Amino acid sequence: MTTPRARWTPRRAAAAAWGLAALPLIAIVLALAVGAIVILSSELILGGSFDPFLPVTAYRALIVGAFGSFDAIVDTFVATSPLVFGGLAVATAFKAGLFNIGVQGQFLMGALGAVVVGVALSSQPMPIAIVATVAAGILVGGLTGFIPGLLKAVSGAHEVVTTIMLNYVAVSVLAALVSGPLKVPGSPSPVTYDVGNAAYPILFGRNGHLGILIAVLAVLGVRWLLYRTTIGFEIRTAGTNPDAAAYAGMRPRRIIVVTMSLAGALAGLAGTDVVLGVTHQMTSSFGTTVGFDSIAVALLARTEPYGILPAALLFGAMRAGASLMQIQAGIPVELIDVIQATILLVLVATPVLRRLLRLRGARSGIATTPTITRSYGGEVAP
Amino acid sequence: MDALYGIPILGIVFQLLGYIIAIVPPIAPIIMRSATPLALGALCGVLCERSGVVNIGIEGTMLAAAFTGWVVGVGLAPVFAATPTALFGITPALVIALLAALGVALLISAVHAWLSISVRADQIISGTIINIAAFGVTGYLNAIIARASPTSAGAFTAWAPPQALTDLPVIGWIIAMFFAQGPIAMSVLLFVVVLQVLLFRSRWGLRTRAVGEHPKAAETVGIDVIRVRYRNVILAGLFAGLAGAFLSMESGNSFQAGMTTGRGFIALAAMIVGRWTPVGALLAALLFSSFQALGQALSFSPPGGELGSIMTSIPAQFYDALPYLVTIVVLAGVVGRSIPPAADGQPYEREAAT
Repeated sequence: MTTPRARWTPRRAAAAAWGLAALPLIAIVLALAVGAIVILSSELILGGSFDPFLPVTAYRALIVGAFGSFDAIVDTFVATSPLVFGGLAVATAFKAGLFNIGVQGQFLMGALGAVVVGVALSSQPMPIAIVATVAAGILVGGLTGFIPGLLKAVSGAHEVVTTIMLNYVAVSVLAALVSGPLKVPGSPSPVTYDVGNAAYPILFGRNGHLGILIAVLAVLGVRWLLYRTTIGFEIRTAGTNPDAAAYAGMRPRRIIVVTMSLAGALAGLAGTDVVLGVTHQMTSSFGTTVGFDSIAVALLARTEPYGILPAALLFGAMRAGASLMQIQAGIPVELIDVIQATILLVLVATPVLRRLLRLRGARSGIATTPTITRSYGGEVAP
Repeated sequence: MDALYGIPILGIVFQLLGYIIAIVPPIAPIIMRSATPLALGALCGVLCERSGVVNIGIEGTMLAAAFTGWVVGVGLAPVFAATPTALFGITPALVIALLAALGVALLISAVHAWLSISVRADQIISGTIINIAAFGVTGYLNAIIARASPTSAGAFTAWAPPQALTDLPVIGWIIAMFFAQGPIAMSVLLFVVVLQVLLFRSRWGLRTRAVGEHPKAAETVGIDVIRVRYRNVILAGLFAGLAGAFLSMESGNSFQAGMTTGRGFIALAAMIVGRWTPVGALLAALLFSSFQALGQALSFSPPGGELGSIMTSIPAQFYDALPYLVTIVVLAGVVGRSIPPAADGQPYEREAAT
């Protein structure tokens, strides 16, 4: 990082790109191979006729489902956009040495905030309704991130435990509100009113909504914040070495609170994205796989904002294509979870992989700051 | 009593205290049952962290063990169509399923040990990945197997202590709490006591704590840090495995995707609040589980009067969230004063021989 920047040549650029992409690509290929083995062995478990080409059929359906037509590609983008926000929420926290596993809860709370304000403003002019609703999603999500941040800064309670607990609290809060005060009176099932004018307008295709554009802007914004602003510098310094940060006059505790709030706000945007872009209302079983997916996206992107886009696109495509895979090949959508877990397992074991495959130029698979486990025992930041 | 309950506003607090004192003995066995997976998970954490390895993957290990126990039981139920024995309802299928659950838990903790000790990966990341992997693989296999509408091998049943014992005044309910239980819940007390004694009174315990506090010093006096860590982390998997088996083979006889619902993490909080000691962890687990049991107590024995109308007017979801909220509050209140093993979470790198 401190080496002077070498003159740009195509060859050096290619080597750098290979260094960044080699291990993630190997992990993806290995995971797809493991997925194929899993498909074949589940055929054996179930009995019936054994089709050795079922993995091919399944992956073909997955790809067609994700990229087979213009509408399919747009739906892939739609599935990608919350993962971009969620991935940024995890990655930003990683930069400060914090592990935000609470994206699921912040996502749900942000979505809830968006529904409350969106329904209230559903007949207001569209720009006002959208801006206020998005602000509510950011605010409520940010508040849900602020709480574990504050607890960590004040008492040292590790965010891994507190954010997971808040995930379950969020599920209960959502269920209580959607089946209580937010429920459409007389409706047989717990469901809220529609957000009406607060819904993101469709910009392209059948479902391509404004949130996709906001997701791309968020990547640029977070990248700018982390690498071009004072607070970003402080976040990265505190993540690398909180003692050095404190010595330099920064306040690591304040940085913890600010970073967790920021991460919560980004996760809240993910919730807002799903409510305003896709569902337009909320049922008591509202909830997706965004929480775990976001951790996978951030790790696969080595916590870099620009890496979030391809990583989120990969998982977004798999989520979008999975239902066609289930229909055509009879493989449950949960296969995506298996593939995702395998990618992560390969990434975390990369020191071994690098030795085995002699990938000298490749950078390590997991690039997190060294302080995540450090404060685990409840050490209060300096 | 009535005078105390009648005081405006403050009276409600007294009514609540009275209700809790009255309700605890009858629901004590339920409290212990909810505490079992938490306490066993916390024992897993204590064993790992006393040796200097952070294990966030308890949740996933539990989940995988719960699934394995259930699915092996499903597979074996038609093979061994045995009638359950009177003691704990043990059948050959259940015993083999339990062993399989423990085997899978050992395997997963071996993976965690390898990743955190040999690969020297960030231990919180590797634990999280174990959680994600366990969730994914069990969810997938469950979706596949659910199509065959499987029948379970049943579950372990609780022992009924003699009426004369449970009817004893003052201590009768404590006997019922720990012994009117199935085999796994009953074993918790034994494990806690044994582990507490071993950890603080045996050579193995001293070595384990030395490796967790100051591995370099331990190595200097001839303790093989890497070996101690491997052995303890893998052994700890047994407790997470028992916790998982309890969920799908003792407190229930089915499996649902993600059925551990954060218990592995509450277990970690219990370990921290219990200051990394087995007895402390059990007490903390009992504290957390009493809030879990409170919701159940309300449904079958709601308090009367003013308190009753307040407590039943609160949405049921509040009581679902209560154990998680209590965990956050207690953890935040205790954590600063609870000091972890000094080398917790730090990979150990042996110095090169010169």
